Amino acid sequence: MTTGLLEVHGVHKSYGTLEVLSGVDLTVKPGEVTVILGPSGSGKSTLLRVINHLEKVDRGFVALDGDLIGYARKGDTLRELKEKDILKQRTQIGFVFQNFNLFPHLTALENVVEAPVSAQGRPRAEVEVEARALLERVGLADKADARPRQLSGGQQQRVAIARALATKPRLLLFDEPTSALDPELVGEVLDVIKGLAHEGTTLVVVTHEIGFAREVADTVVFMDAGVVVEQGPPAQVIDAPLHERTRAFLDKVL
Amino acid sequence: MSSTLATGTPTSGSTDTPAPAADAALTAPTAPSTPTAPSTTRTELESLRIVAARHPGRWVAVAAVAVVLAMIVSSLATNQRWEWSIIVQYLTWPSVLQGLWATLRLTAVAAVLGFGLGTVLALMRLSRSPHLQWVSWAYTWVFRSVPLILQLLLWYNLAYLYPTLSLGIPFGPEFTEFSTLSVINKFGAAVLGLGLSQAAYSAEIIRAGILSVDQGQHEAAAALGIPRSRQSLRIVLPQAMRTIVPTSVNEIIGLVKGTSVVYVLAYGELFYTIGVIYGRNLKVVPLLMVAAIWYLIITTVITIVQFYVERHYAKGAVRTLPPTPLQVLRWNALVVWARLTKGEAHPSLPPAYAARAAIRGGLTWSPGHLTRTSKTAADVVGQSTPRPSHREGA
Repeated sequence: MTTGLLEVHGVHKSYGTLEVLSGVDLTVKPGEVTVILGPSGSGKSTLLRVINHLEKVDRGFVALDGDLIGYARKGDTLRELKEKDILKQRTQIGFVFQNFNLFPHLTALENVVEAPVSAQGRPRAEVEVEARALLERVGLADKADARPRQLSGGQQQRVAIARALATKPRLLLFDEPTSALDPELVGEVLDVIKGLAHEGTTLVVVTHEIGFAREVADTVVFMDAGVVVEQGPPAQVIDAPLHERTRAFLDKVL
Repeated sequence: MSSTLATGTPTSGSTDTPAPAADAALTAPTAPSTPTAPSTTRTELESLRIVAARHPGRWVAVAAVAVVLAMIVSSLATNQRWEWSIIVQYLTWPSVLQGLWATLRLTAVAAVLGFGLGTVLALMRLSRSPHLQWVSWAYTWVFRSVPLILQLLLWYNLAYLYPTLSLGIPFGPEFTEFSTLSVINKFGAAVLGLGLSQAAYSAEIIRAGILSVDQGQHEAAAALGIPRSRQSLRIVLPQAMRTIVPTSVNEIIGLVKGTSVVYVLAYGELFYTIGVIYGRNLKVVPLLMVAAIWYLIITTVITIVQFYVERHYAKGAVRTLPPTPLQVLRWNALVVWARLTKGEAHPSLPPAYAARAAIRGGLTWSPGHLTRTSKTAADVVGQSTPRPSHREGA
C-alpha cells in the first residue's frame, strides 16, 4: 500500500456565522488507521465531509497523494474543479455514513455494483463478480438479492462498507459507522472495519467506540470546538492525555 | 407448508411452536394472566375450539347499504327516461368511437408533452444554476396563472399574431417558412394548450417528489462519484416516484376530462361529438350518459394501471409488496370455500388466510358446525408457525 496519503492543511469551514472548523491540520500516512474522537459539535463529521468535498472549505486545502481535492493546479494558479471532476475524485475516497444511506430500491448487489459501473465505466459483468466477492468478505454473500429494508442495521452497514470499497478507493472515511446500530450489532461492523485495517487500507474513522480506537488505531485525534486538541498513538491520547479537555471528555465516555 | 396445514391431531405441528413466552405464561402459576388457573395446560387449551367473533352491527349496515343500492338500480332500470336502449346504441356509435379516440390521442400526447417538459422544468428548478431556476420559476408562474380555456383560444389564434412561422438563425437568415395554420390546427392548439399548462403543474409534482427523497440519498450518490444525470435517473427519481405517481395519475385523470374543454375549439373529441349528436337528435340525457360511461371506463383503466405502477415503485420502500386485488379475491374465495366445505385450506394460502380458513363457526347459518368441528386451536397455532421471517440472521 503506497497510496492513501491524506493531508489536511489549515481547513476552515463555517455555516453562516458559526465556525465549525477553525484551522484543522492533519496528516494520515498511507495504510494507517486514524480515529477521530471528540464531543458532538466539535467538527469531526464536517472534517470528513470536507475531505471528500461534500462540503466546500472556506479556507485551507485537502490533498490525497498530493492531488488537491476540488482544485486543479496549473503553474501558480488553482482552478476550481467542475462537479464532474470532483465526482471523479470522490471515487478515490470511500465514505460510510452513520445512517448507511443505502439505495432502498436497489438490491444489496445493485448497491455495490452501481458506482464502479456508472462512475468508473467498468464492465458490469466484471464488477458483479467483484461485488459478490466484496459481499462475501463482509459476510453477506447470501444477501446479494435482498433489499436494504429486508436487512438488519448491522447487515445494512456492512453492505454500505462493501459499496464504499467497490470503487477501490485509496482512502476510506467512516462517519460514526456504529452510532445508529443496536449494541449487539456494533461488533459485526467493527469486525469488518478491523479486517480492513489489518489489510492496510488507509482509514479515517469518526467514532465513540473508545475500545475500538485503542485496539485498532495507529493515531488517535481528539477534536474540540473545530480544532485538533491533541493527536498521537492511542496509548498516549487515550491512556495519558496531555490536555485537560481530552481528559474531561474521556472521563465521561469511558 | 401443506404438511403443517394437514395436521389433525392436537399435539403434532404445535410441539415446535416457537412461543416460549406464551408457554411460560400458560404454565407458570404466578403468571398474571392466569392467576387462578394453574391447572390449565397448554395441551388442554389447544384442544379448545376457536369461534370467530360475530359482528351483528356490520350486517345491519350492509343491509342498509344494500337497500339503498337496490333502490338506485331499480330506478335506473324502471325509469323509462334513461332510455337505456339509446345509451347502448350510441355507446359504440362510429362517430362516438372517433371522438373517444380523439380524446385518448389528445390525452396521451398532452400527457407526454406535459410530463416530459415538466421533468425538465423540475430538474431546472432544482439545478444549481440560478438562471435555469429563474426560467423554470417564470414558466410555472405564467402557465399556472392563465386559465386553460384562455390559453387554448390564444394558441388557436396564434395565426392572427404570426401568420407565418419560419425556421432559421435568430435575427439571421431563414431556411424555411410555413403558414401558422398548417402547424397549429385544432389538434395542435389543443395539444399545446393542454400540454404546456400541464407541464407547469407536473413540474411542481415532480419537484415535490424529488424533495421528498432523503437528503442522505443525494449525498451517498455524490460520495460514490455517480455522475449527476445518473444520480437523478437511477437513484433519486425511482424513489421520488412513490410520491409522484399518485398525484400524477390524478393529473392525468384530470387531463382526460380536461380535454373536454377543447370543445371551445370545435375539435371533435368525445364531449364535443356527444354535443353535436344530441344537438341533432335531442336525446340529451342518454348521450351525456354515453360520455359519462366512457370517461368512467377510461378512468377505471388508468386506476388499475396506477395500482401496478405504484406497486412497482413500492419495492424497497416496503418489506413485502401488498397483494394484488386478484390475489386477495382468490384468497378470500378459498377461505370461504374451505369454511363451507369444512375441508382443508388450499396450500397456496398465506398463513393469515389459512388461519381464517381453519376457524369454524364464522358462518353461523351452517347448522352442522356444532357437531362436525374438525379444527382446533392447535391446528390454527400450528399453521401460523411457518410464516417466513423477513429479518433473518439479524
